[in-house]
Amino acid sequence: MSDEYDNNKSYQTQSSEVMDGSTGSVNPDIDYVRPAEVGEQDLYHGHSFIEKWVFCQDAKVIGVQYFLTAVFTGIVGLILSWLMRLQLGFPELAGFMTAEHYYQFVTMHGMIMVVYFLTALFLGGFGNYLIPLMVGARDMVFPYVNMLSFWMFFVAVAVLMASFFVPGGPTGAGWTLYPPQTILEGTPGSGMGILLMLISLSLFVIGFTMGGLNYMITILQARTRGMTLMRMPLTVWGIFTATVLAMLAFPALLVSAIMMTLDKVLQTSFFMPTILKAGEVLEYGGGSPILFQHLFWFFGHPEVYIVALPAFGIVSDLISVHARKNIFGYRMMVWAIVGIGGLSFFVWAHHMYVSGMNPWFGFFFATTTLIIAVPTAMKVYNWILTLWRGNIRINTVMLWCLGFIVTFVNGGITGIFLGNVSVDVPLSDTYFVIAHFHMVMGIAPLMVIMGAVYHWFPLVAGKMLHEGLGKWHFWITFLGAYSIYFPMHYLGFIGVPRRYFEMYDSPYMTSAVGMNEFISIAAFIVGAAQFILVFNIIKTLKTGKKAEQNPWKANSLEWYTSTVPPEHGNFGERLPVVHRWPYDFSVPGAKDDFIPQTTAPSEVIHTEVEKT
Amino acid sequence: MHAGIIFLLVIIGSVLFHIFTPWYWTDIASNWGGMDDTITLTFWVGGGVFVAVCLFMIYCVFRYSHKEDRRAEYKPEDKKLEKILTWATTLGVAALLAPGLIIWNQYVNVPKNAIEVDVMAWQWGWQYRLPGADGKLGTTQVRNIADNNPFGINPDDPFGRDDIMVESDVINLENNRPVKILLRSVDVLHNWYVPQFRAKMDAVPGTVTFYWFEPNKVGEYEVLCAEYCGVGHYAMRGGVEVQDKADYEVWLSEQETFEQLSARYEKLNVDGNKLAKK
Repeated sequence: MSDEYDNNKSYQTQSSEVMDGSTGSVNPDIDYVRPAEVGEQDLYHGHSFIEKWVFCQDAKVIGVQYFLTAVFTGIVGLILSWLMRLQLGFPELAGFMTAEHYYQFVTMHGMIMVVYFLTALFLGGFGNYLIPLMVGARDMVFPYVNMLSFWMFFVAVAVLMASFFVPGGPTGAGWTLYPPQTILEGTPGSGMGILLMLISLSLFVIGFTMGGLNYMITILQARTRGMTLMRMPLTVWGIFTATVLAMLAFPALLVSAIMMTLDKVLQTSFFMPTILKAGEVLEYGGGSPILFQHLFWFFGHPEVYIVALPAFGIVSDLISVHARKNIFGYRMMVWAIVGIGGLSFFVWAHHMYVSGMNPWFGFFFATTTLIIAVPTAMKVYNWILTLWRGNIRINTVMLWCLGFIVTFVNGGITGIFLGNVSVDVPLSDTYFVIAHFHMVMGIAPLMVIMGAVYHWFPLVAGKMLHEGLGKWHFWITFLGAYSIYFPMHYLGFIGVPRRYFEMYDSPYMTSAVGMNEFISIAAFIVGAAQFILVFNIIKTLKTGKKAEQNPWKANSLEWYTSTVPPEHGNFGERLPVVHRWPYDFSVPGAKDDFIPQTTAPSEVIHTEVEKT
Repeated sequence: MHAGIIFLLVIIGSVLFHIFTPWYWTDIASNWGGMDDTITLTFWVGGGVFVAVCLFMIYCVFRYSHKEDRRAEYKPEDKKLEKILTWATTLGVAALLAPGLIIWNQYVNVPKNAIEVDVMAWQWGWQYRLPGADGKLGTTQVRNIADNNPFGINPDDPFGRDDIMVESDVINLENNRPVKILLRSVDVLHNWYVPQFRAKMDAVPGTVTFYWFEPNKVGEYEVLCAEYCGVGHYAMRGGVEVQDKADYEVWLSEQETFEQLSARYEKLNVDGNKLAKK
């Protein structure tokens, strides 16, 4: 690499000379890009099957490993949701299910979907695959640690799944794990189940920290020449900010998991006050259950954005590419991502308005929460303004993006209900909350994941997924999911509380029976529809159409690798040099309707491209 | 094209569902109509934004769907438009926040004439205590709890002797008189919630939490536990009966004080001992 470095040096001198007195229209100086500050290092290439595919150090393979493991947990979570819906819609068919089972399913479904599915999929899956490719790096900066990160996650998942098979079963404490009930008898799985959950979460945090360091440092330190921060695709901005949030938020989860483990095993009283159980005073005293809630939500709220920000970033890129138009207000989008990320650390107690914390907190947290609505709304405006006057391909990828906009705006608006402290009082702990968070951080990010799968599958596998199947997959999923969660809000208005195994015959709940049956049927269909994608992938891998390089005519670097799918090292002999942002679509005067990031200004001299 | 039509139908369907839904509030039976009003306001503003954003999106789908011979507009930024949108959103959000905070201010400030009702929660049930003639509740401690002292009232506390112990999971309240609900729990988190009153708050072991409301409709209501509390959560029901003043006084006079309860237990014990001796 040393001779390239020398080349750059001479290039630099030359360019400063030219800069002095030149006004010419075609000028090599306009192509100047600052030289790399450090040379490249060799990657470790795996030699055996195990090194190439199991304990692999290639971020792309690690990304796929994360993706598949996360999808496995997601399928478990999906099956659990089916069982819950069976009980809620058709209890007469769910005779095998006790209240204990139901609460265990609720808990495991929640924890799996939020942490082991969504977080791992976005950061571990998409993060690993896309970051090095998009910033023009050969791999993550610490490939070995990156490999450990995945395997730590894998062990965490194994421990979590093992809790299904221990005496007493998995914990049924609700995914929020609120003490004291979490570790007391009276809650299912309060023995081995909760211990394994806490251990698994701790392992997850440790594994995630290894991965997170990689994502952050790779983005900050390993970008290729010319890839300034403000030329990065929004996908990278979203993943980057989410990773920073995760590095700050997950420690709160880790310490609360450790403290709760101590409360459980050694009878310490971090979260345990004096408790009377079955007429006996337990050996606890002086702890604060609300302290746990503060710690949990100090992690839990940023966690929402750890899932949402990568989705925001990815969907921005998908919309821009398939609308053939630059993302509207790129700088606003970047600052909105960063701003939302920062603000997300000042809103946690909006989950606790009726928790019994000092009620005066309500004023502060309601205000901060509604402030966060402003940058979020700006992002929504910019997505639809990107569509405006675009040249929109209505393909499967775009459909998922449109579905995202509808569900995200819907869920965002109901967030304004819940964030506005006194409005939250009647609605908290009801089905309105369930509908809200599933719409905004379940369905909406899922739409993005699906869009991203259809978008990047040609890059990962080198083959195009079947469009027709994709459209069926989309419409069943979108219409089905919408008809699950839109009416569900109204159950919350009635006052139906969440986490009820059975409703009995309260007058306002019997009116909900019909709706519950409808929602359950929709849930069965939506869940089953996901196997269309599985079928599509298997079919495509076997007989699918081979993808040309850069089939969507995108600008960002991942489409300009030396081979498709990219090999270890990504870019062949020379790393790409970046001259522009990734959103130069439909530039007036340009031959094609896209200008790749690697195109030098002198090659498109007659276009009216804005400087980025 | 089809896509735009289906999305349009989804939006129209959502609006129609909202207009014609048979699932909506229970009739309110407390002073917290302001919460309902704020929700209605949020519905209009938020729902308006939702419909507007989606319709604009659908318009774009119809108007700007892909044509080979057309190019999209190239305009990276529009500072003026972005500024207008930011300020309009900020104003809208502030307009929603203000009533929310005003009502919260009422919620956290309990009127002076409110009668205190002590609600004790455990896995899985409720019991109630009212202040006696002195208008004050006696202090309590979990360690004092016993059969003859279900609230753990400190035996030395003079305020506790005349406390009224309601031996039922149904509590009677006087219509049109503010109530301050004091919540305590002996084991885990619970939440004393009556949908018709709108208000709720968690009961937290180790501390006493509160909220208030003024029932304004005579009738019987079901109490639900609204904070997950273990496997019996869904079955943890109780009741409230809101009565006119006269009926309420009659009910109140029939309840036992702590002193009477203790005496009764003492007699039971004495009788029991006598029985054992014989």
